[in-house]
Amino acid sequence: MTLSIEQRREHRLTTIEKSLARRHRKENGFRRLGLAAVLAGLTLVTILFASILTKGIPAFWQATLYTEIHFDPEVIDLPPAPVREAGETPYAFNERHTQWMTQVGLVNWQSLIDASLERALGEEVEPRQLRDLRALVASGERYALRDRFIADPSLLGDTVTIKMLAGADVDVWVKGNIDRDLPDARQQLSPQSRAWIDVLQDEDVLRQSFSTALFVNTDSRSSLASAGLAGAFMGSLFMMLVVIALSVPIGVSSAIYLEEFAPKNRLTDLIEININNLAAVPSIVFGLLGASIFIGYLGLPISAPLVGGLVLTLMTLPTIIIATRASLRSIPPSIRQAALGIGASRVQTVFHHVLPLALPGILTGSILGVAQALGETAPLLLIGMNAFVANVPGTPLEQSTALPVQIYLWQGNELRNFFEARTSAAIIVLLGLMLSLNALAIWLRKKFETRW
Amino acid sequence: MSNLALIAMLLMLMALAYHLGLTRSRAVASHRDVRLHSRPGYYGTLVALWCGLPAFALFLLWSLFAAQLVDTLVVQQLPVDLVASLSDRELQTLMRRIAALADGRGVAGGGSPEELAAAAHMARLETIGQLSLAAVTAVVAVVGLVFARRRISPHWQARNHVERVITIALGASSAIAIFTTIGIVLSMLGEALRFFSFIHPADFFFGTVWNPRFSSAGAGAQGQFGLLPLLWGTLMVSVIALLVAIPVGLMTAIYMAEYASPWLRSVAKPIIEILAGIPTIVYGFFALTVIGPFLSMLGDLVGINIRTTSAMTAGIAMGIMIIPFVSSLSDDIITQVPKSLRDGALGLGATKSETIRQVVLPAALPGIVGAFLLAASRAIGETMIVVLAAGNNPVLHANPFEAVSTITVTIVNQLTGDMDFASPQSLVAFALGLTLFVITLGLNVIALVVVRKYRQQYE
Repeated sequence: MTLSIEQRREHRLTTIEKSLARRHRKENGFRRLGLAAVLAGLTLVTILFASILTKGIPAFWQATLYTEIHFDPEVIDLPPAPVREAGETPYAFNERHTQWMTQVGLVNWQSLIDASLERALGEEVEPRQLRDLRALVASGERYALRDRFIADPSLLGDTVTIKMLAGADVDVWVKGNIDRDLPDARQQLSPQSRAWIDVLQDEDVLRQSFSTALFVNTDSRSSLASAGLAGAFMGSLFMMLVVIALSVPIGVSSAIYLEEFAPKNRLTDLIEININNLAAVPSIVFGLLGASIFIGYLGLPISAPLVGGLVLTLMTLPTIIIATRASLRSIPPSIRQAALGIGASRVQTVFHHVLPLALPGILTGSILGVAQALGETAPLLLIGMNAFVANVPGTPLEQSTALPVQIYLWQGNELRNFFEARTSAAIIVLLGLMLSLNALAIWLRKKFETRW
Repeated sequence: MSNLALIAMLLMLMALAYHLGLTRSRAVASHRDVRLHSRPGYYGTLVALWCGLPAFALFLLWSLFAAQLVDTLVVQQLPVDLVASLSDRELQTLMRRIAALADGRGVAGGGSPEELAAAAHMARLETIGQLSLAAVTAVVAVVGLVFARRRISPHWQARNHVERVITIALGASSAIAIFTTIGIVLSMLGEALRFFSFIHPADFFFGTVWNPRFSSAGAGAQGQFGLLPLLWGTLMVSVIALLVAIPVGLMTAIYMAEYASPWLRSVAKPIIEILAGIPTIVYGFFALTVIGPFLSMLGDLVGINIRTTSAMTAGIAMGIMIIPFVSSLSDDIITQVPKSLRDGALGLGATKSETIRQVVLPAALPGIVGAFLLAASRAIGETMIVVLAAGNNPVLHANPFEAVSTITVTIVNQLTGDMDFASPQSLVAFALGLTLFVITLGLNVIALVVVRKYRQQYE
């Protein structure tokens, strides 16, 4: 069959038109796929933050009791606190002090709380109901009461309004984190306790109040409602101080050496490859290093922020070195040539001219490195920082945990419906710290950014 | 004199030395025809270094060995039959009591006559030690100061000396990276070899059962340490993670690099990169509280039973974590493809997507593969997500909706709480760590080589 030129052209055009439509459809499909991927990423960020915020923010407020405590002299029957006498050895004084503390510990502080609750409820509580009554108050509050009295013995005989945390189960109930229609056997609180909660809420004795406990208390196992982040926060702070004090100077110096002074030879090549590899070594491997060398070989104390700081330093070093090198490399050679040209030595060139110009970049990289170290968990588990610590560490050599490790410990707590919120609150605190560090880094970069 | 006071003294001496060097060099240069080699500040610094460095070195050495020396001397002074009658641990307790007596803390019961005598001896030795340390360091510092100050002359090349010290210090810092690697390799190799003295390497690397038992069960009840179930779990979780991260990350990178308006790019890119800065423990918690229940709800809808903690849960969370990693690496690589290639394809009439799929991506392929390998190595080494969300079930099976265990999870399980480095139960963590280190190192090296080759291609 022969076609005229016209027909052939016609035919070709229709083919092209058809294929063009198909190709444009494909083009649009591809573009939509890309957009979908971007949107998926954005959605995931949104879901992540939304889920943590909705869970965590309510946990910053906690069910709290405002009751009048009467420091009954009949219950608190104590001699005055011992004072250290001249010529007494610390050990002997310690012994006397311990004796006195034992006496303080024997005072029935709980009965003061029981009595005040009875007054608030306006009814006599029978002895067999004491359990239900005590379930209302966090069990750590009697120690808080004791410490308050030790700090101020003049309270004896007074009646003061005191803020006490309600028990964790009460918080769960008040916030509705447990199904109220569950049968009694599966409820965390007895029917009697629940009835009392309603009474106390009606009288405004029990209300939601901002939880300072979350920030000023340490972790607690016996009194779950008073568990706080103070110990973990100090541990993280000590570690970050160690990291800043070690990794920034060492990282920056080694980057300066590699970028500005190192001769091009096999050894420096090796160091360079080595640093790139270290940056990609899984963090848990650094934990193994810490466990074996710092604790096993050097005998440094277990669970100490110092060891954690050392491990995190080694982990952050490559990040800081790489960032510093990139920052040094972005300084144009003309600066160096000009300095060398008017007779500066290489060290002078670097320290007087290159380094000041590279400083914003170095700072940004260092802050990002420290932020990364702040959120790291896995290596800390291997050097024993997941131990339960009930004190705020005073030095980097004392036992401690860290913020991310505290999150790990809390998420594993059996009392799920209380600690899921508390963990989210801890995550908000950690993310808040990390995001502000990141924001600082971005601000520094924006403020001092120079385009050559 | 306490160590802190000693350090303060040395620092003050160094400040004095700097000042003396400065004034001395100025005095030397006061003649009109005398020209110093360096500026006075360098002479000051050099004198301060001569004063401080040897003294500090001495101080460090002393601090390392002094305590041991004092202990040895005190033990020698104790009655011989007493020392002979004590075991090592009892001797340690005794020494602790003596130390407590010596520094005035006191002990329960006030201490026996021998203890009190030893404590007095120890206190005396410590005082002597501290005083002599202070004296010796002071002498060394002053000698260095005087020596350096007297050498100040117009010909002394102070700047060169100072700069050499600085360069050496810089070089020493960069050696720390090497020492870290050596430390990692040696510590893991050492402990892993100890592990292999309990368990044959073949049983470890090719064993199909992981059942370590507890170390308290005694050496007779040694468990089975097969690596394969853990390796399988690691692979399964990582593959799921990559299946999530690669499509989303790569498409995001392509869209950002080729289609997105500058406005969208400037907004969406930092937001997605936030994902990279979130600590992994947060992803773990997210997996446990959101992804796991969501999957299990989906399973209920379809009528199958899905556990909240499973390879799938952990894999999806890990995939979300590495999306920004994949997308930013791919973005860099895609933007590196020369414009001429793109223009050529567009000039021939290809649509944008055809250009990307048939020209840009093939050209960028080696780099993108490198990025995937880096992402894979990150997924394999990730710990907290799998600790929380993978369910810890070290069994060989092919169901992604079942719980698995990975190498990293097992390291954490075997080494937390128990720091007894003598049982195979905890030593196995180091053998696992070594395996992990070698795998990730291999992936990284391959990735770096591939990426570097690719860079050269277009430079």
